[in-house]
Amino acid sequence: MTVQINDAIRKLDKKSFPAWYEIPLGGTLVAEGSTDYHTGSWRTKRPIWNAEECSHCMICWMYCPETAIKVENGKVVGIDTNLCKGCGICANECPREKAMTMAPGGEY
Amino acid sequence: MASLKELSQREILFTGGHRLCAGCPAPIVVKQVLLAAPHAPIVVNPTCCLEISSAVFPYTAWKVPYYHNAFENAAAVASGIDAAITALRRRGKLDENKKFSVIAIGGDGGTYDIGFQALSGMLERGHRVLYVCYDNGAYMNTGIQRSGATPYGAWTTTSHVGDAQKGKQQHRKDLAWIAAAHGAYVANASLHNWRDLMRKVEKALNYDGPSFINVQAPCPRGWRFPEDKTVEIARLGTECCFYPLYEVEDRGRKWVINYVPRNKIPVTEYLKPQGRFAHFFQKGNEYLIEEFQAEVDRRWEHLQRLAKMSEDL
Repeated sequence: MTVQINDAIRKLDKKSFPAWYEIPLGGTLVAEGSTDYHTGSWRTKRPIWNAEECSHCMICWMYCPETAIKVENGKVVGIDTNLCKGCGICANECPREKAMTMAPGGEY
Repeated sequence: MASLKELSQREILFTGGHRLCAGCPAPIVVKQVLLAAPHAPIVVNPTCCLEISSAVFPYTAWKVPYYHNAFENAAAVASGIDAAITALRRRGKLDENKKFSVIAIGGDGGTYDIGFQALSGMLERGHRVLYVCYDNGAYMNTGIQRSGATPYGAWTTTSHVGDAQKGKQQHRKDLAWIAAAHGAYVANASLHNWRDLMRKVEKALNYDGPSFINVQAPCPRGWRFPEDKTVEIARLGTECCFYPLYEVEDRGRKWVINYVPRNKIPVTEYLKPQGRFAHFFQKGNEYLIEEFQAEVDRRWEHLQRLAKMSEDL
């Protein structure tokens, strides 16, 4: 069954349609997780994180809708550019003016 | 309540890569709800923005057992899951000590209007389910149609602004009050105040009975504001008392206001940044602002009265 499902997904990725018996029953979601789907390409502006100014208060982490703020051991370590859609909530909510800023253009 | 630093060490059970708009409030609400869940969460989701964007075949953004059902029956399905847990425990097929947090998360269309009777049934039967409504005040998923939660005067694609009418003609339904009449644990929360929201979720899931939490969720597309202002608009909504933070305990008798703004700001500060209220500020439409302010004041005063009455309880 697992082999069949994997084949079905592979076929979907190739934009060809699987047969009915290759689709998992009940529309069960079988792929690993949506982090494989890179929404970072949606960006029209990008957040710039300044490590020296950051106080690691984690406010941006709490309000980021994309879980794109990378955190290790209670410290911000960067931005996941694969996931960040560039909404700018992090820069808007950041209590320090220079720690998180938005720059035009989606490409880093 | 754990601090932000401690919380950031926990795993977020709702991942990125979902297809919700940039600046969408729903994932922020879901993140806070799942972080606060004290037991293993099981999520039920009616059709809404959150469902169509987080569970696109074959990907899923959920790291918890997740069930998508029709628009109207999230509360009924959540009741069934709660009943199944009870039945499996009785038959000895489930560990007695293993606890679950059954959470239904729906938008305001699927809660205020379409899913209302299922929600009422769930609250009345007393299932141990938490129903979270992220209230963005219209059917945003299908293209901004008016719902029972749309505020007075707001523009939507089914309440146009013109000569015959100026946006929605009715005031919004206060679902938290209706839920409180069922005797459930009920709370009004907002995503900008994560500490308050998470405390309420934790309390609701530890409560032996049904619970309902209404969460203010400003939608950048539907409310017509820049996508980086989501949290800011939510803050303004609470500061002007349009969306007060309160909870109802003791089977609907004890009303507690959790946040009283130091300076209650006029509603114009909340309305101004939102494009859906742009016609409020045109010449000749001043009466809309007055009417909006009067209704906010009326509900806020009533809430204060209820809170004062339940001080002795």
